Order: sequence, then C-alpha cells, then structure tokens
Amino acid sequence: MGKTIAEKIFSSHAGEDARVGNIVVCDLDFAFAQDGTAPLAIKAFERMGQKGVFDPEKIAFFIDHNAPSPNRDVSSLHRLMRDFARKHRIRLYDVGEGICHQLVVEEDWVGAGDLVVGADSHTCTYGALNVFSTGVGSTDLATAIASGKLWFRVPDTIKISFKGKLSPGVYAKDLALYLTGKLGARGALYKSVELGGEVIKDLSIEARFTLSNMIMEVGAKAGIMQGDEKTKKWLAETSKRKVRFVKPDEDARYDKVLEFDVSRLVPQVARPHSVDNVVPVNEVKGTSIGEAFLGTCTNGRLEDLRIAGKILKDKKIHPKVRFMVAPASRRVYLDSMKEGILEIFIEAGAVLLPPGCGCCVGTHQGVPSRGENVISSANRNFKGRMGNPEAFIYLVSPATVAASAIRGKITDPRRYL
Amino acid sequence: MKQKKKVLRGYAHKFGDNINTDYIISGRYKFKTLNFRELARHLLEDIDPDFNKRKAAGDFIVAGENFGCGSSREQAPLAIKYAGIGAVLAKSFARIFYRNAINIGLPIVRTNTEKIESGDELEIDLALGEVHVIKNNLSLKAEPFPSFILDIIEAGGLIEYFKKYGGWKIR
Repeated sequence: MGKTIAEKIFSSHAGEDARVGNIVVCDLDFAFAQDGTAPLAIKAFERMGQKGVFDPEKIAFFIDHNAPSPNRDVSSLHRLMRDFARKHRIRLYDVGEGICHQLVVEEDWVGAGDLVVGADSHTCTYGALNVFSTGVGSTDLATAIASGKLWFRVPDTIKISFKGKLSPGVYAKDLALYLTGKLGARGALYKSVELGGEVIKDLSIEARFTLSNMIMEVGAKAGIMQGDEKTKKWLAETSKRKVRFVKPDEDARYDKVLEFDVSRLVPQVARPHSVDNVVPVNEVKGTSIGEAFLGTCTNGRLEDLRIAGKILKDKKIHPKVRFMVAPASRRVYLDSMKEGILEIFIEAGAVLLPPGCGCCVGTHQGVPSRGENVISSANRNFKGRMGNPEAFIYLVSPATVAASAIRGKITDPRRYL
Repeated sequence: MKQKKKVLRGYAHKFGDNINTDYIISGRYKFKTLNFRELARHLLEDIDPDFNKRKAAGDFIVAGENFGCGSSREQAPLAIKYAGIGAVLAKSFARIFYRNAINIGLPIVRTNTEKIESGDELEIDLALGEVHVIKNNLSLKAEPFPSFILDIIEAGGLIEYFKKYGGWKIR
C-alpha cells in the first residue's frame, strides 16, 4: 500500500515505517515560538531541568504578537525571551522584524520535505512549500527544543483538488474561506490535508501560503501541497539547499477525496463570530464598517499589499473608517515602500502599523469599539478576537478590505477592477 | 486494599460546539502574564461572564465537538486547571488543545456528552474511562487513550514524564 505525503515525511523523520494511526517519535528540522507562547515554553524548559537546547541552528524566537510592547507586563515577558535567546544562542527576531510565519519562509528556516513544529497554530502555513509543519503548545515546544524530537500520531489525509480557474477579483483568500465554509470548523479535525489541482498550480507561492495558513480553521494538522516549478524557483531564491519534493504514492490511501470546481466562485465573507460562517459577498454587502485591517500571516504579504494598493490608488478611505495596514515583515514593508504602495495607503488615509501581527489578536493597535463592525484580512473572527467581545469581525480578501474601506461598507471588490 | 483514587465528582457546566481558545482565555489577558490564577479569573469570560461565579472547585466543563479549537495557547488548559475545574468532557477536542491538556495534566474525557445537562452531578473514573450521570444512573464510556499517552498522563504531564524517563521513552 502506498503512502500519503504525511506518512512519507513521518516515516523519514521517525526512522521507521509510519502509517496512519501509529504514534511515532520524530526528529525535527525546525522549532520555534512567538511572544504569546515562548515565555511559557521557557518556564517549562527550566522546570524540566534542561540545560541546553538540542541545536540553536534549528530554533528561532519571534516577537510579533504584541510588538512593540504595550505595557510593562508584556515587556518583562519579551525580556525573558531575549535573555533566554542570548544564553542559548538562539536567533530572536525582535520588534519590527515581522510575523513569524513570514520570516520563517523569507529567511530559509524550512525546506521541502521538512518536519517542523511551531508554538503557533498557523504554523501550517509552510505546507505550501511541501513542508509538514504544525502548531503545538508551549510544553511540547519546550521538549522539542530540548530534545530535537516530538511525538506525533500519524494523521489520516483528506485530498482536496480545486478545478477550474479563479475569476478576476477572486483570490486564494476567497478560496480558503469557501473551503472553510464547506468543511466547517472541524471538517478536517486531526487530519492532514493535501491541497492540489489546477487552481493551486495557477496560484503564486504567496497566495498558496494564504490557503495553507487557513487550513487550521477546519481543524487540520497540516495543509500540504506538492512542489512544482514555482516552488522550486521560490525556494532557490531563499535557500542554497537541494530541493527534494515529497510526493504521495499513486496508490496512497486517503480518508476522503474531495473535488471543487471553483470557476464560478465569487468573493467570500466569513461573518461573525466563526470562520466557517461563510457567504458570498453580495449577501452582506452594504453592512457598514468602522474599522478595516490589512495584514497578518494570512494576508500581509507584498502581493496582498499590491492588490489593495491598486484599488486604493488615488482614492480616499471613507471618513468614518479607520484603516490599519501591517506589512507581514520588514522586507515586505521595504519592498512595498519602494513600489510606492505605502504612499498610496498613506495618501488614502491609512494608518501604518509596524511589521507584526497588528490588531489581529486584540492586545493593542486598533481595538474596535462596542457594536462596531470590522472588515479584516485576518484568519479569525471569534468574538473578542480583536480585543472587544462586543465588536463584529468580517473576514475577507485584501481586495475586499480595500474596496470596503473606500465605501465605508462591505463592498464587492470587482467594481474596482 | 490499596487503590489509587481517580474518581472525580462534581457538577456539569454545559457548553456547545467549537469552543475556541479565544473564548476559553482571551488574548487580552494571556499575553500579559504567566500568573495562571489571574488568568483563571477570566475563564470563558467573553461567552459566559458569570461562569466564574457559578462554578465550584471540582466541577466539570462539558462541551460538544471540537473543544479548544483555534490558537495553540497553552494558557487555555492552564486557565481551566487553575480555575479548579476537575476535567473537561467533550465529544471531540481540537488537536493542539488535546496535546496541551495532556501535557499540563488537565484531565480530558472524550465521550458522547449529548445526554449530560448543565447542573447534572457526574462521577468520573479516569482509570476505567467511565462517566456516571448520578441523576439517571447513566453510564457513558470514554474513549481510551493510547498507551504512549497514558504514560504522559500517569506521569502527571509532559514535564514530569521528561524528568521521569530522562527524555522520550520509545517503545
């Protein structure tokens, strides 16, 4: 019997034949934590009585969720991370460098076929590069950085294939929201998902990250794609490592095989307060908004900013809207500055936030007020997510954020194409 | 006769499906502190502001599918544990929450929770994997844990497991 991508990656990292349902202890290629999870991991590491990390070259810390620090409590946790990183010679990305999931792929931390854990649920993002990457908690991460290993239950795999061609104004984010609506918040619980089909082949690598990133929202352990020429080119630009893609066997056994023809897909919106509460944009268009947010590990990359910039060029944000933009990394910040995109945003009336998670997690930088509607390019709209349980968050593509920010209400971006 | 006492007794507090980690402990609190007693005071605050007053030590959170979905924050099971909750019962758990709960020593029970109602008194035998609803003498079977995970649970969590075995015990 053949193997899925997950079974192959777990086999190669466990040093034994790993099949669905087996529990295996695997070698890790990379492990990291961010400022919401690292402090607890450091405490766990110390309580375990660990002296040193297994390999500082395979570990990184990121200060992105709450950066710059909004208060002294957070500052002391950031300091705990800096002290630990210095002591163990771990690379720490500090305030303003960017979001972990963007830096991991920009800075050559992962390669095709790798097995990666991160103490952040959206670690699944690198599935787009043929990496098996998954989120864990702080104690798991502590054992990972101490031993270089972690236990896994080899997951079943759902194979999903997207057929057709996306229409103009419809993006990977719309595809991700559509899929989340179709499968539901637990549609792929515990499972690995292999994402493929002609639509994926057409997507840029940046757009593929969006889709792999959001596979977490259906409960999946990973959202992994096969490599192609685009992946190879992308990896070659960031890394000198030899690229060896992992492909599933022809006779691999899948839990389910699903196919979606998305040629007629229209822009999608996830309504409050769950990511699987998805409708086509026309069902909510006209809903007034008070805040718009462009950024995050889902949609804060250069391509996303370009799409929004094209719509916003020579236009103004609606006077009743606060529009926040947080580029995913310093490089994205600089590149979009050089392309004149940041100028477009500022002239339109946007507020530029430093590279990082921005207002996504509700700790600082743009907490909405009571009863207010927010349009956002993020991946979660849970009640209270942005810091106010009495606000309402609508999740959309960067194009829909930009179009809605101009009109002060939820707007189909295709009118600006 | 020597017997390990693993029977928990308390009252059920029922919640629905897809209770995410933002609801369990909001990001507003969890980024600020490693003081879990402080976090525990805000447990489930955004969806049930009175929960903290209603619950008593040893009570159970009883939920539907996909409990603990969302972020990887280990502060979620920690806030539950430090609030004095005896165990979480659900039809299914989100995978990161499942690992985190086991790693920090919060008892979780996967069972069909449909027939349990808020206010029901429950008796849970963790070793046998049995849930007993006192009022109607109903017995529910819990899904057993694989032996690898049992070792972690029996050690009291992953930190204690690591100390006990000096690393990964590979069978």
